[in-house]
Amino acid sequence: MPGRRSLLPPLAVLALLGLAALLFSVTLGSASLMPGDVWAVIRGEGSPLARTLILELRIPRALAAFATGGLLAVAGALMQVLLRNPLADPYVLGLSGGASVGALAAMLAGLGGVVITGSAFAGAFASTLLVFGLAHGTGSWTPARLLLTGVVVAAGWGAVITLMLAISPAERLPGMLYWLMGDLSYARTPWAALGLLGVVCLALLPLGRSLNVLARGPLQAAALGVNARPLEWTIYLAASGLTAMAVTTAGSIGFVGLVVPHMLRLVLGNDQRLILPACALAGGTLLVLADTLARTMIAPEQLPVGVITALLGVPTFLFLLYRSR
Amino acid sequence: MSTLETRQLIIDVPGRSDGRALELHVEPGQVWGVLGPNGAGKTTLLHTLAGLRAPRAGEIRLDGRLLAAFKRRQVAQRLGLVFQERQDGFPATVLETALIGRHPYLSPWRMEGGEDLRLARAALERLDVAHLADRLVSTLSGGERQRVAIATALTQAPRLWLADEPTNHLDLHHQSAVMALLAEQARAGRAVLMCLHDLNLAARWCDHLLLLYPNGEACWGPAARMLVTPALERLYGQRLATAEVDGAPVFVPVR
Repeated sequence: MPGRRSLLPPLAVLALLGLAALLFSVTLGSASLMPGDVWAVIRGEGSPLARTLILELRIPRALAAFATGGLLAVAGALMQVLLRNPLADPYVLGLSGGASVGALAAMLAGLGGVVITGSAFAGAFASTLLVFGLAHGTGSWTPARLLLTGVVVAAGWGAVITLMLAISPAERLPGMLYWLMGDLSYARTPWAALGLLGVVCLALLPLGRSLNVLARGPLQAAALGVNARPLEWTIYLAASGLTAMAVTTAGSIGFVGLVVPHMLRLVLGNDQRLILPACALAGGTLLVLADTLARTMIAPEQLPVGVITALLGVPTFLFLLYRSR
Repeated sequence: MSTLETRQLIIDVPGRSDGRALELHVEPGQVWGVLGPNGAGKTTLLHTLAGLRAPRAGEIRLDGRLLAAFKRRQVAQRLGLVFQERQDGFPATVLETALIGRHPYLSPWRMEGGEDLRLARAALERLDVAHLADRLVSTLSGGERQRVAIATALTQAPRLWLADEPTNHLDLHHQSAVMALLAEQARAGRAVLMCLHDLNLAARWCDHLLLLYPNGEACWGPAARMLVTPALERLYGQRLATAEVDGAPVFVPVR
């Protein structure tokens, strides 16, 4: 297990990659810019058109993509520790489904902004309570039971989503569908998501070693001095909050929470103190790149970024799974 | 003062009557063996003694103080538990697994240092698994995993060892090596209480025995007084033949 000093180099490399991806994303688009133009705008110079393009469109969108990817990857990594299963993910456990139903219900009611966010949080937490409550209702609480409960609840949310789409007025359907597939084109204010990501990563730092122990099972963790049940609830609530924020920012985007922690673990090992911040950086980088692809591949048309992550994520994940045998 | 003391303890085995309340005094230097057939409550007893499970009645004292009055972390600095069943599904290397034994001694912000690493490596060396240090635990054989689990407890360096069938999955040589390690821990002033299935290991290595009957009855005391063939036959519902080999009694089931 690494000492404090060996945590920094991999994180520095990932941070640099993230910055490079952000810069790449900001320069690329319908009007391509040189890195020099971006630098000029950041210094407060450059043409008004370039200023609007960069400051009001591309930077907020790239940052929103970064925050969403980071949120999803950290949420996935947390769920994997919680279930001691590297294949767990907020989507599998119905958290994203709950958040999506909450957000869609608000959209359907014609409400906007903060109400959608709040409604998505409510959906994710309701999902959390439902899954956790049902999974250890009778006292025995096993990862398999939790995972199955999550899968069934997720399927239930899926049905509710289909129902809501079926009764939605036709003119709202394209927007809702795009949003369900994951779309960053409506993301305007990345600050809340970035802030939450930063706060959660900092708050998790002192819990890192306890998470390493918890990954060996709650009984083993308790025998080694961890208050397992409160820690498990903390993780679940943190993962719900992260997922809800990601879903309200960009709709439901799959596979980031599954693939990013898995790949990082293959390269960096299993220490949560390194993996969690690394997930924030690498998840962000991945989604920035995916979103850049989504909006340039068939420009001027835009693809929902969720399609790109699924197209990248499914084969990567199957390959990893195959190789890990 | 006993390291571990129970007063009127009744463990909570669902659907079973209370049976006999346990009044155990486990002193430093003693090696206790817990014997009983499947389902007699051996694992439940161990988990209860470690504070992972509430007893139905009675109290447990650790170093003279009520177990429930300790914080989990304080308990973990005194008492180590080797589980029978482990969850090795989440990836971790052998060295990382042994290092978690240091968890109770480190503050949240402290990273494991050179001394922690040295202790973990020494424990792996002692259990004959140092050459596997960088392997993922999930890729090991059952016996190797068992030794890694014991190495984790050794890294934890508890004054009281609770071990649930520590010789599970081990080959003959490593069974002896692990029992010798536990006996050595006791000689160094620690206390050991372990569940065992192998009567002969118990007869050879334990100085005190607790016999748990499936109906909740129990008896305990110095090993010499407990190793009485009729009592053991009743315990397992199995006729036994007895011999003496190498200075210790040997029990063999009779067909």
